[in-house]
Amino acid sequence: MSTQLLLIQALNGLQFGVLLFLVAAGLTLVFGVMDFINLAHGVQYMLGAYLGASFAAATGSFWLALLLALPVALLAGLALEWLVFRHLYARDHLAQVLATFGVILSLNQLVRMVWGSAPLQVPVPALLEGGIQLMPGLTWPTYRAAILLAGLATAGLLWLVVERTRLGALVRAGASNAPMVAALGVDIHRLFMLVFGCGAMLAGFAGVMAAPILSVEPGMGDTVLILAFVVIVIGGIGSVRGAFIAALLVGLIETLGRSLMPDLMRLFLAPSPARQTGAALASMLVYVAMAGILAWRPRGLFPVRAG
Amino acid sequence: MTEFGRRGVLLGSAGALALPWVAKAQAAGVKIGLVAVQTGPAASLGTHLKDGFMQGLKHLDGKLGGLAASVVDIDDELRPEVAVTKVRAALERDKVDFVVGVVFSNILQAIIRPVTESGTMLISTNAGPSTFAGAGCNPNLFVTSYSNDQVHSVMGEAAERNGYKKVFALVPNYQAGKDAVAGFKSRFKGEVVDEVYVPLNQLDFSAELAKIAAARPDAIFTFMPGGLGVNLVRQYRAAGLAHIPFLSTFTVDESTLPAQQDAALGFFSACPWAPNMDNAANRRFVRDFEAAHNYVPGSYAAQSYDAAMLLDSAIRKVGGNLANKAALRAAIKAADFRSVRGPFKFGANHYPVQDFWLCKVVKRADGKFATETVRKVLENDTDPYASACKM
Repeated sequence: MSTQLLLIQALNGLQFGVLLFLVAAGLTLVFGVMDFINLAHGVQYMLGAYLGASFAAATGSFWLALLLALPVALLAGLALEWLVFRHLYARDHLAQVLATFGVILSLNQLVRMVWGSAPLQVPVPALLEGGIQLMPGLTWPTYRAAILLAGLATAGLLWLVVERTRLGALVRAGASNAPMVAALGVDIHRLFMLVFGCGAMLAGFAGVMAAPILSVEPGMGDTVLILAFVVIVIGGIGSVRGAFIAALLVGLIETLGRSLMPDLMRLFLAPSPARQTGAALASMLVYVAMAGILAWRPRGLFPVRAG
Repeated sequence: MTEFGRRGVLLGSAGALALPWVAKAQAAGVKIGLVAVQTGPAASLGTHLKDGFMQGLKHLDGKLGGLAASVVDIDDELRPEVAVTKVRAALERDKVDFVVGVVFSNILQAIIRPVTESGTMLISTNAGPSTFAGAGCNPNLFVTSYSNDQVHSVMGEAAERNGYKKVFALVPNYQAGKDAVAGFKSRFKGEVVDEVYVPLNQLDFSAELAKIAAARPDAIFTFMPGGLGVNLVRQYRAAGLAHIPFLSTFTVDESTLPAQQDAALGFFSACPWAPNMDNAANRRFVRDFEAAHNYVPGSYAAQSYDAAMLLDSAIRKVGGNLANKAALRAAIKAADFRSVRGPFKFGANHYPVQDFWLCKVVKRADGKFATETVRKVLENDTDPYASACKM
């Protein structure tokens, strides 16, 4: 493999990582601050994509769709919080997992009833059509560059809010010791709702951004959710910085692993088994990395200090 | 014996006497168990399948061979154990006369024994695994679609005839993906420069696309069903690779085109049927289907429509007598109906012997996307396993 191809694959990995970060950021905030396992985060991502697709079809503009989908995703998130999730904060993780899993099943079915089960598509906005010639015969779509930028901007904004504002200080305090924050006179429920709303909106944002390159279909959130959990576990639950680094790491491992493993295996095996074992190993790589990092740092790369 | 007990026996015998009446009442109609996945990511395929069969019934005025037909819906949920439970219930409780449908091979594999061992005929309208085409063929199973491997080999033949020398293969890393590559290679004599296997839940193909660009093949061969195909096709187009011919099986069809749209234009697939096929039966099917359902039917729908027509012809042939299984089987085997594919007959293994086409994605005048026949690749093709079938 040439250096050029390797660099391109690294770029692809970073871009995929940033997309993962968009999903994982909301998840890590909710999990970290509220100690609440929200498996339904994936369906909120799916909802964002569907809303984006519907609004794009209705208005004919991706940008209007993005603008409209965000508040609706926020409202949907708040409605879920009010209906289901707030009754679960005091319960143990098992109850939360079961209930939010139920939300996944219901929302997947609801989406199918409203939008049908056939995949939908969102056209790439005209402004971001075309691409950059990376090597002869291969273009890197401008839209992917836009995702990269959007992810970096989100990361920067979150960092500013979490590290540099009073609200952020409360969020960090909530992540490390919620009862103490409540005892100091902060309305922890309002804080939770705010964080949850932000999480839902981030998931929705990720969904809308992913819609022009990924298929919009029922259950699309489930695959992403697994990787998002890997990201927040590696990064340290509740840490936005950790989620960012870990998302890039996971994106790189995924992409580079998939492109290098089969070639690597060929050093030891005949071509045909090498391809298949290489592919199988590559899909395990992320989880192996997670296990390795957890063995080395059980609380993730950037643990949120507690107590 | 107490008075009460005696009354019980009397009631019981009255019930036994009534039984022939029940059986007679049932014989007046025909009951179909329609197995179509309605939940999960593959539900749209089940919808095609079901709508296709129901369209057939509609054209037959709700009757099959003169008998009033009723349909028991079975959603297999793409889970073999669920499929078995529901199909057993349909056989034992609903007493269905035929089981029709099935999108996926693993579901067919799960239900074939409970259905056929009860003496009920099973008509698969999509799944066509090689398992039941050769030595494992089953007298009570009929397949109105194809043998899976056949379709992949059609693409290999098409690539060979186009004179491609270097083809890049990209498939999901599971049995069907490996079968696809094997099927393609069975007729393609050129070089497969690389075979890339991706996980079934892959989202982003950019790593593979970069590899394809670096390998500069004459064409790519891929098998990416459902959402995988939607992602691949759109990303392939966006990466500027569309000048490399895109040869595929089960990747661009009427179930995925609404999401792929322009991105899939000009991409190829191998098919036994396409909506544009010019025969009276097909024109009527496609026109009425689109009017009723507002989408373009895919092969899942066409093969199920054919199944309805097949059953109609068979039941008519036996004069509505479903009890004589041997006669019924022979009547189905005769396939005396007008297929939307044109010529259609069953081989010795009850899989179709039919023509296969190279198809291409087009945008029709009404703005909808569909596949269209380009040219015939194989004529009267029998699947490679048929000779091993001893029935």
